[in-house]
Amino acid sequence: MHVYILRRLVLMVPVLFGLTVIVFLIMSLIPGDPALAILGSYATPENVAKLRADLGLDKSLISQYWIWLTHMLHGDFGRSYSLNRPVLDEILERFGATLILAGTSLVLCTILGLLTGVVSAVRQYGWADKTLTFVVLIGISVPSFWLGLMMMLLFAVNLRWLPVSGMYAIYGGGDLPDLLRHLVMPSITLAVVATGVIARLTRSNMLEVLRQDYIRTARAKGLDERRVIYRHAFKAALVNVIPVIGVQAGFVLGGAVYIETVFQWPGIGRMLVTAIATRDILLVQGGVVIVAASYVLFNLFADVLQHLIDPRVKA
Amino acid sequence: MSNPAATAKMAAKPRKSSARPSAFKLLARNHLALLGAVILAGVIIVALITPWLPLTDPDATDPANRLLRPLTDGHFLGTDHLGRDLLSRLLWGTRVSLAVGISASLFAAVFGSAIGIISGYFGGRTDNVLMRGIDMVMAFPYILLALAIVAALGPGLMNALYAIAVVNIPFFARNIRGVTVGIAHREFVDAARLSGKGHIRILLSEILPNVMPVIVITMSTTVGWMILETAGLSFLGLGAQPPQADLGSMLGEGRKLITTALHLSAIPGGMIFLLVMSINLLGDGIRDVLDPRLKSGALARPAPVTRIDRSKTMTNGNVTDANPNINSGRDPILSVEDLRTEFVLGDDVYKAVGGVSFSVGRNECVGLVGESGSGKSVTALSLLGLVASPPGTIVGGRVMLEGRDVFDMRESEIRAIRGGRAAYVFQDPLSTLHPLFSVGDQLVEAIRAHNRVSYKDAWAKAVSLLRMVRIPNPEQRADSYPHQLSGGMRQRVGIAMALANEPELIIADEPTTALDVTVQAQILKLMNNLRTEHGTSVLFITHDFGVVSEICDRVAVMYAGQIVEMGTTQQVLQQPAHPYTKRLIDCVPRLGEAKRDVAAIPGLPPAVNNLPAGCAFAERCDRADDTCRAGAVALDDLGAGHAVRCLKPMGGEDA
Repeated sequence: MHVYILRRLVLMVPVLFGLTVIVFLIMSLIPGDPALAILGSYATPENVAKLRADLGLDKSLISQYWIWLTHMLHGDFGRSYSLNRPVLDEILERFGATLILAGTSLVLCTILGLLTGVVSAVRQYGWADKTLTFVVLIGISVPSFWLGLMMMLLFAVNLRWLPVSGMYAIYGGGDLPDLLRHLVMPSITLAVVATGVIARLTRSNMLEVLRQDYIRTARAKGLDERRVIYRHAFKAALVNVIPVIGVQAGFVLGGAVYIETVFQWPGIGRMLVTAIATRDILLVQGGVVIVAASYVLFNLFADVLQHLIDPRVKA
Repeated sequence: MSNPAATAKMAAKPRKSSARPSAFKLLARNHLALLGAVILAGVIIVALITPWLPLTDPDATDPANRLLRPLTDGHFLGTDHLGRDLLSRLLWGTRVSLAVGISASLFAAVFGSAIGIISGYFGGRTDNVLMRGIDMVMAFPYILLALAIVAALGPGLMNALYAIAVVNIPFFARNIRGVTVGIAHREFVDAARLSGKGHIRILLSEILPNVMPVIVITMSTTVGWMILETAGLSFLGLGAQPPQADLGSMLGEGRKLITTALHLSAIPGGMIFLLVMSINLLGDGIRDVLDPRLKSGALARPAPVTRIDRSKTMTNGNVTDANPNINSGRDPILSVEDLRTEFVLGDDVYKAVGGVSFSVGRNECVGLVGESGSGKSVTALSLLGLVASPPGTIVGGRVMLEGRDVFDMRESEIRAIRGGRAAYVFQDPLSTLHPLFSVGDQLVEAIRAHNRVSYKDAWAKAVSLLRMVRIPNPEQRADSYPHQLSGGMRQRVGIAMALANEPELIIADEPTTALDVTVQAQILKLMNNLRTEHGTSVLFITHDFGVVSEICDRVAVMYAGQIVEMGTTQQVLQQPAHPYTKRLIDCVPRLGEAKRDVAAIPGLPPAVNNLPAGCAFAERCDRADDTCRAGAVALDDLGAGHAVRCLKPMGGEDA
């Protein structure tokens, strides 16, 4: 087990390396001169040249990458020009908010998705299955940013049950109940699509597993149907669903961009949108690398979990 | 054959596929998919004719009439904050969103499929490099990569399109590669290569047509997302820039006025929803039609007990069989009378078991012999209602187990018998043991399903069961998982599981077929010993007369769902009366007769959804004439417990 985790950790290194290469290559697609873009078209040639040298733009692409990478490894993600503060400080400040939101959503969509999928499969073609299948279809088709707006209007503006936006109340907030009240709408909205995807996959996997010979064996042993479904079938189906929950972590982390914008959640997603609009490239680079790296880590976690459940997965 | 549905399907193969409706009919039959298609077609048509509709200019501002509510005169959907007509903007915006979504989808499909086909066709290093690259791209959270691309290229509709297309390329590349690998070395591709066609021609004329369905499925499942995600980027202000507007940017503008003018965000958002929903409905329908696994309800969940519907039973037509229990000489523990099991697949009815009667006496071993598809496994599974249903149904007959009809019992009563008084041993223990539980755990479950004992006591019993079936180091082995054991060991576990509650009857469905010859002999010896030691009765299903001769007291030979010959092992082996039995016996190679032809039986058994009127074996029989084909043949008593379903049975001199 420890060997497996260690091996996977080592294998993560080239993936992370590849991530930084891709981010760097995408950023080098930027048309025109970034220094000119930052300083504006009235800048003097001397100032442009100075900024180019400061930003390392006068060096070759490979050495630019190398400088960026080694600085990053030392915790130096550069300085955000629009915020005039170190990129890493800004990211660290906002990363917690995104983790709280995305983590809650992921827990929600895992529980609800598995539950819906199992109920749907067990009641296949019954009214419960038909209803759930339709609800799930709505869930994966609805634009989450629109759903968020409509929920906000209904539950916060009209019914006044929940706070409109933000993470904490401005006056007198800051405790856990306050956070939870602010978390309800964004986390549900963010979880909707992933719930649908997990539910669909769980349903089809349960149906697939229930046709397997070992389920017939379980029945031939005289086990009652509850045990057959919730112990034998569910465990086998879960093994196939876990990697997809890992993938959904990516959709949740990405979808957070919309939801944070809609609900004014002070996370990395909203930071990225602002940074793109102000063309604060270093901030974008840093944010993307950090979020992508946490996604890779989460997938590692999912793999380890799968390994724990399935003895066939090779160590 | 372990899967009865598959058995029935195999039997169906000789028939033409005429019964299968066309893809479009299937799609039309799916009401939700049809609904999706109609909505989508409606939206697309309106989007196409928008320029010719009598609409006001979507960009014409009218500050005097700003923020009008829907259903106002002249502005059906109201106006926005600049007084622009919302209906006109909605239709023009839908045009843009559709065009962008479909273009992104085509872009991703073309590049992704190209990468996938090249990677799958050439394999080796090309494959390796391309797929590592694809993996790398997939290591990013989906939207994040699109954001990074937009960040580099700058906000704008075209850039959003590129970004969304690029992040979708991996889905196509991986799916298409998978399919291409599967066909890259098939005969027709090799043939094309040998005929001197170049790589490009092979890719375009041989590979591409075959992967097209997968490309279509992938497109139908991704185009909805792409519309959603491009709208999302526009919503964030990173896609369409004013005055250009798509549904996403309309929603983004409307958001700022959500409390004062709800219609500005509700309507464009609702339109995105409607569009994506209709695409997903249609996409699911297309996938169901093109994915062969989903055809004919093969994915239906089997019920815990086979469906029993004896209402439509008719007796054996116009023939009366001889008394099936002829001279078992013993008090029967199991007695099967006129058992009929059918599979309904689409419009076809497969009569897998068509009126089977036999009995098993106490401490007796009865063999049920026949080719794959003869109905012997389905017969065995029917006894305790283990035939997968749907599609299987028991439509007639009785199974008397110690004087009670199993088919009249409640589910809980049947469950008490399963693994209790009657237990199964299945063919392939790798697929019939649960891969994720240790064998000890699975044995404990079997014990505890019928006895109120603690886990610890049950574990001790499990270990002793493993010892009983001669598994070395049973204490350690109990902790192993099925995949860690050899085939023979696994079958011993299967037998141990059957023995867990000291059953009176063991139903063994080809328990030695998946094993090699020496292991087979060991397992047979083990079963024989257990039978003599515990006095258990055995119903032994096999296709191998060699196995029959070693273990069975009596034999029933099955063909096309019926018993065609029955008798003591000695009678049947030494004086087979049915030509089919004779052929089956001749299939067994004999030691010391190396030169003898092992005669395969020419031809195939008839499809059980299309049985002939007369003898089912007539087409493959060299003794058959017109009387054989005229009508149903009865099981005829030859005396001394020997019976045969043949009009021209072979005498002793022929055998």
